[in-house]
Amino acid sequence: MKFIIAIIKPFKLDEVREALGALGVAGMTVTEVKGFGRQKGQTEIYRGAEYSTNMLPKVKVEVATSDDLAPQVVETIQQAASTDAIGDGKIFVLDLVSATRIRTGETGDNAL
Amino acid sequence: MIRKLLTGAGAIGTALMTSTAAFAQEATQAAAPVVDKGDTAWMMTSTVLVLLMILPGLALFYGGLTRTKNMLATMTQIGAAACLAMVIWVAYGYGLAFGPEGNAYIAWGKWFLAGVTPESLADTFSDGFKLPEYVFISFQMTFAAITVALVLGSVVERMKFAAVMVFAAVWLTIVYFPIAHMVWAVGGLFFEMGALDFAGGTVVHINAGVSALVAAVILGKRIGYGKDVMAPHSLTMTMIGTGMLWVGWFGFNAGSALEANGSAALAMINTFVATAAAGLVWMVAEKLAGHKASALGFCSGIIAGLVAVTPAAGNSGPLGAILLGAVSALVCFAAVTILKPKLGYDDSLDAFGIHGVGGIVGALGTAVVYAPAFGGPGDGSTGIGAQLVTQAAAVGATIVWATIGTVIAMYVAKALTGLRVSEEVEREGLDLGEHGERAYNY
Repeated sequence: MKFIIAIIKPFKLDEVREALGALGVAGMTVTEVKGFGRQKGQTEIYRGAEYSTNMLPKVKVEVATSDDLAPQVVETIQQAASTDAIGDGKIFVLDLVSATRIRTGETGDNAL
Repeated sequence: MIRKLLTGAGAIGTALMTSTAAFAQEATQAAAPVVDKGDTAWMMTSTVLVLLMILPGLALFYGGLTRTKNMLATMTQIGAAACLAMVIWVAYGYGLAFGPEGNAYIAWGKWFLAGVTPESLADTFSDGFKLPEYVFISFQMTFAAITVALVLGSVVERMKFAAVMVFAAVWLTIVYFPIAHMVWAVGGLFFEMGALDFAGGTVVHINAGVSALVAAVILGKRIGYGKDVMAPHSLTMTMIGTGMLWVGWFGFNAGSALEANGSAALAMINTFVATAAAGLVWMVAEKLAGHKASALGFCSGIIAGLVAVTPAAGNSGPLGAILLGAVSALVCFAAVTILKPKLGYDDSLDAFGIHGVGGIVGALGTAVVYAPAFGGPGDGSTGIGAQLVTQAAAVGATIVWATIGTVIAMYVAKALTGLRVSEEVEREGLDLGEHGERAYNY
């Protein structure tokens, strides 16, 4: 099993969710996060007082998937979340040691 | 001043009960004074409009500019200081400002409004036309309340609630009441000098702005000033407050005519157009300085225009008012974006940068726009230069008086309360530290 973490632009969330749904991904966890990469931050000015924020708002999508599906999930997210501009985000893939469905106690791929 | 005895509640027409109130012109005719119900209704409306400026207008305007953790403290300080001003006003403030006896600097008498009855009358600008004295007392009371609340804009986010209350009481007593007397009461120093101040540019705005600066310097900067992000937590609320201030300001300015007449109408149109010009010009100034036209810039311009037109409201034509508003926006913009960072003082919400500086622009500018050459209502008998000297003298005297009085009031508050919250409370926020509440629970 793989655990996929994607940091994407907030307004791309719906497209990513729809694309993954079409692929058969059954669930995901979404968190609003802040961070920075190569994209520059913004400058806010209040009556001349400048505050530069180098942390930009992003959305973190977490998906647990079977080993077979993982490459397609990564490719789908990459295509759906891309705007070809700096700041589109990153996708990380981790090995997932185990998964358990709390209601039934099922484990492994059956729990996904 | 001649002491006028109150003769009790006689039949209307026999009892000549005059207050020695502001703006008075000695009634020379023996005819019975007229209490016009239209005037009275307008002045009661104006009085409530000024209350709207304080609560919730100023409370939202200032509250939105502070950080989330200090929202309630800011609004509560404004509300409580205004309430204290009202109680003090009835106890002895009215007596000190408009009492039946006095000299050029202060008046006395009518403690706890002694002798005032529903039949008591106060003068207007027109011979023979009077207002119920209670209406005049209430109208002037709201001015005292908003002025002390304005001062607090420079000391929010770090001054103890108890210190605010002590400061407010002392400051009203030694700064506000004497200056109100000097400007508005017959026999007052500036009144007799012929200084033009239609609705209180000197008494309210220069006074509050200069006091705010002095108080901020004595109190010191907020922890993290210049390093931490201190962005306004809700410009939405600041915008709502700005709108309420503008609406309420019609009571403040047009109400200062004391009658529902052409002078009030002039003050009304000027309060529209000076403000509109200032709101636009501030945003243009931002653009020229290489920034974006901002919501806070719009709100700041609106206030700068309102402040500047206050002394000129009934003393200017609409064209003069537009010029005055535009100049005020430019000068205040420079004050808060260039002067403040250079001098390094922490006037948290720019009470000095907008009320003090805008008030000075308005007071001096009134001398110019009053002249018939600019469409003003002046008859040209006093030259612009001569009037400017008079205005400058009143401004200078107010600055000196406000500075000395504020120093005294701040050190009294420091001796009694310690003045400033602990570092821990300041970091956690005054809402929790001073009031035990949070503005937003979600």
